[in-house]
Amino acid sequence: MTQTFRDRVDVSLTVNGEPVEARVPVGQHLIDFLRTDLGLTGAHASCEHGVCGACTLRVDGQAVRGCLMLAAQADGAEIWTVEGLTDTGTIRDLQDAFVARNALQCGFCTPGMLVAAEELLEAGTLPSRAEIREHLSGNYCRCTGYEAIVDVVESVARARAGKAQA
Amino acid sequence: MSIAFGNPDRPNSYIGKTVPRPNARKLVQGRGRYVDDIVLPRMVHVAFVRSPFAHARITGIEAEAAKGVKGVLRVFTGADLAEVCTPWVGVLAHLKGLKSPPQHALAVDRAAWVGEPVVAVVATSRAAAEDGAALVEVDYDPLPVVTDTMTALDADTPVLHPDLGDNLAFRRLHEEGDVAAAMASAHKVISARFRTARHTGVTPEPRSILVDWSPADGQMTAYHATQAPHMIQTVLAAHLDLPESRVRVICGDVGGSYGIKVHVYPDEVATAAIAKVMGRPVKFIADRLESFSTDIHARDHEIEAKIAVDAEGRILAMDVDDWTGIGPYSVYPRTSAIEGNQVVNLCGGPYDFANYRARTTVVFQNKTPTCQYRAVGHPIAVAITEGLVDMAAAALGMDPVEIRRRNMYADDAYPVTSPAKMRFEGLSHHASMDKLMEMMDYDALRADQAEARKRGKHRGIGIASFIELTNPSPFMYGIGGARISAQDGCTVRMDPDGSIVALSGVTEQGQGTEAMLSQVVAEGVGVLPSSVRVITGDTQVTPYGGGTWASRGAGIGGEAALQAARALRQSILEVAAAMLQADAGALDIRDGQVVTAETGEQRLPLEELGRIVYFRGDTLPKGLPRELVQTRHFITMDYPFAFTNGVQASYLEVDTDTGVVTLLNHWCVEDCGRVINPQLVDEQIRGGIVQGLGGALYEEIHYDSEGQLLNGSMADYLVPMAAEMPDMQIGHVETPTKESELGAKGAGEAGTAGAPAAVMNAINDALRPLGAQVTEMPFTPERILRALGTIQD
Repeated sequence: MTQTFRDRVDVSLTVNGEPVEARVPVGQHLIDFLRTDLGLTGAHASCEHGVCGACTLRVDGQAVRGCLMLAAQADGAEIWTVEGLTDTGTIRDLQDAFVARNALQCGFCTPGMLVAAEELLEAGTLPSRAEIREHLSGNYCRCTGYEAIVDVVESVARARAGKAQA
Repeated sequence: MSIAFGNPDRPNSYIGKTVPRPNARKLVQGRGRYVDDIVLPRMVHVAFVRSPFAHARITGIEAEAAKGVKGVLRVFTGADLAEVCTPWVGVLAHLKGLKSPPQHALAVDRAAWVGEPVVAVVATSRAAAEDGAALVEVDYDPLPVVTDTMTALDADTPVLHPDLGDNLAFRRLHEEGDVAAAMASAHKVISARFRTARHTGVTPEPRSILVDWSPADGQMTAYHATQAPHMIQTVLAAHLDLPESRVRVICGDVGGSYGIKVHVYPDEVATAAIAKVMGRPVKFIADRLESFSTDIHARDHEIEAKIAVDAEGRILAMDVDDWTGIGPYSVYPRTSAIEGNQVVNLCGGPYDFANYRARTTVVFQNKTPTCQYRAVGHPIAVAITEGLVDMAAAALGMDPVEIRRRNMYADDAYPVTSPAKMRFEGLSHHASMDKLMEMMDYDALRADQAEARKRGKHRGIGIASFIELTNPSPFMYGIGGARISAQDGCTVRMDPDGSIVALSGVTEQGQGTEAMLSQVVAEGVGVLPSSVRVITGDTQVTPYGGGTWASRGAGIGGEAALQAARALRQSILEVAAAMLQADAGALDIRDGQVVTAETGEQRLPLEELGRIVYFRGDTLPKGLPRELVQTRHFITMDYPFAFTNGVQASYLEVDTDTGVVTLLNHWCVEDCGRVINPQLVDEQIRGGIVQGLGGALYEEIHYDSEGQLLNGSMADYLVPMAAEMPDMQIGHVETPTKESELGAKGAGEAGTAGAPAAVMNAINDALRPLGAQVTEMPFTPERILRALGTIQD
């Protein structure tokens, strides 16, 4: 076995609000650690090059590619996956809108897409369709053609702005 | 009693309405269950050593170092697996002359494309399996490589499979009328050369399979990301020497298919063979490089074509010479000749003309095998046809819409048989074109184009009419000897609580099959769609069926579901009539209640009927049928295929300094017969369009002359992303098929069929005043600048 998988390192982090302590191979990607060691299979490994965004996670408040970060680098980090964001209700309006607008088909890209979209929505602005498209341009979807996803982000941004004013 | 589709206020009117997808909520919560999410006790992982050469003899395999890696359990060579797994040959009897050599799960003696699996390494983790694979040493003697399609049959090109005699896999010539005479007497004859690039599907979820073999009960269970579970069941049984009844294929959530996951892949069969040898679960998940080098490729065609028109723009003749290179093997069991065959079948599709000649030449070469991918052959045939029609219009100084209107089959002409001998039951080219004109405000758009031209902006409008083949009968595969079911079935049952379960042989790949089935069954029985639980993708429990391909799910699977649901409704009403001492014909089921049909008065909730039937059957009359499970199957008989039609339009701007194309808008009017769920259909069309736009602007697999794949990553093979894609306007005309009560035809491939041609025509509309024309996809900035003469070297 190559050295990167023989050498192990202790990490301590929080995942979806729960403390996690683990001893991980230094070469293990964060996405693989979450999926195989913690059973959090919501985020997906797809291109493993940081191009497609299927593994997008929230790490210390930012959307991060789980295939471009090592588990060892997550020591001390606060990580949220789609499972945690679902349980806390943080993105319920976004998820409801995805279902209502059928902004997903196979659903493989959706967890990453949700994290990326939520990052834009949390900025609290009313993004234009072009800005939404630009923000999501690192998240590959082969099924929908993107339009429904853009519709959803636009409508949720408006709804949240309306609520904030009320 | 038939369904009054014309009355939108009829009871239980779910067919034709947008209802939510029952499986969408779990997917947005990240609680889907794709194959890689499944972990079984004692599960091991397999990684493959793949050929780095496009063509080479395998002279030795040294695996001792690999076996020394911690975690590595077994190493299998081609010879090892050949002892437990028989090879296959990808031919079909009705594609006359099609030939292909036997193909093994792992290469034996010889590798014939870069990426062909040669050795399998099994370990307790994927990482250990990959580490082991890296240490396997394979000795290769490189062999001469065949890469170019157009010279594959030349006398000085090496023959890839000497036993087959030459590099010709398949050739078909179709001739109708007298093309030469029509060309000779025509007002204008326009020739062009077209090229469509080699694509692949780039499914977000890579190919995935997890196979468990239980020696104790002699049962194989394959958890497989597939479109055709029953086909895979048959194939695994046949080649691993198992009774078909002892192979169960389970297809849960699938992360995108698009035709990629309907084929037999050697590494997946190898995984099943290894599971049988090792007696434990084995998982294989392709990585992205494996996806690019081993998922089927498609669309790699070069075409010379001609169109002849008279002075009024009437099409007199078309002549098409199509060539495609399919890799070293015809893919099993659907074969790699279907795409070229489709080009012959589909060229000229919308138009009423008499003289047609088309030939496809399908050759072997040392590249990844090609096979059926979404809209098989359609984007190629539509690009040829619509490209030529636009060129003819330009030569005549005629508007591109006008020339189409003069040639499209009249909407009242059906049934008709095309010069390609395709039979059309009922299409709506003119109504669709009228609707498109209205939606896009064609005249206003032409004015905008002219105004932009004054500002030095080069905008173009491109139109593409098309036909789409859906609802295939056994004429597609079955008559050629393939055990691929064109029939599909559905079992619908009522449980004691009054809820309904529907088990169907068609599968869910994300397109919304389960939603479609839930609403068809809901309307057929008379319950809420939310009361219907749909189960698909398990060969052990669903009726035998074909799965998802050729846009057949709604048209075939939906009709079977409707008929099963109607039969269950009748069974329920018979029991209800006995319980209520009423006439079954006077009763109806609405929203889960047995009611008096005439007044709608509620008489009996289904849960009460269920309680009596299942727990107090003693209170019902002796001999009363109480069969609350009904199964029906459906197969099309009158037509080999249910053709649909539509028309797309693209509006775009070409930056003549950079060659960059900006998509401004896109329209599609489509006639898929009865629309069951408007939202799902529209989203199928949109997703399909964007897949077509990828082919038009970005997607191209590159090889060098040695057969080395040059762009095997998502950073190098460009796919459409959100920022570059337009919003799309979708409209419908509905011409239901009379073959079924439901009247639905397929909608899954129309977007992909027409989008590339619409974009090509729009680019050429923008460039025409500059004297430039492009016909080689994708239309990259470089190709556009070359057409403009800006790049000349």
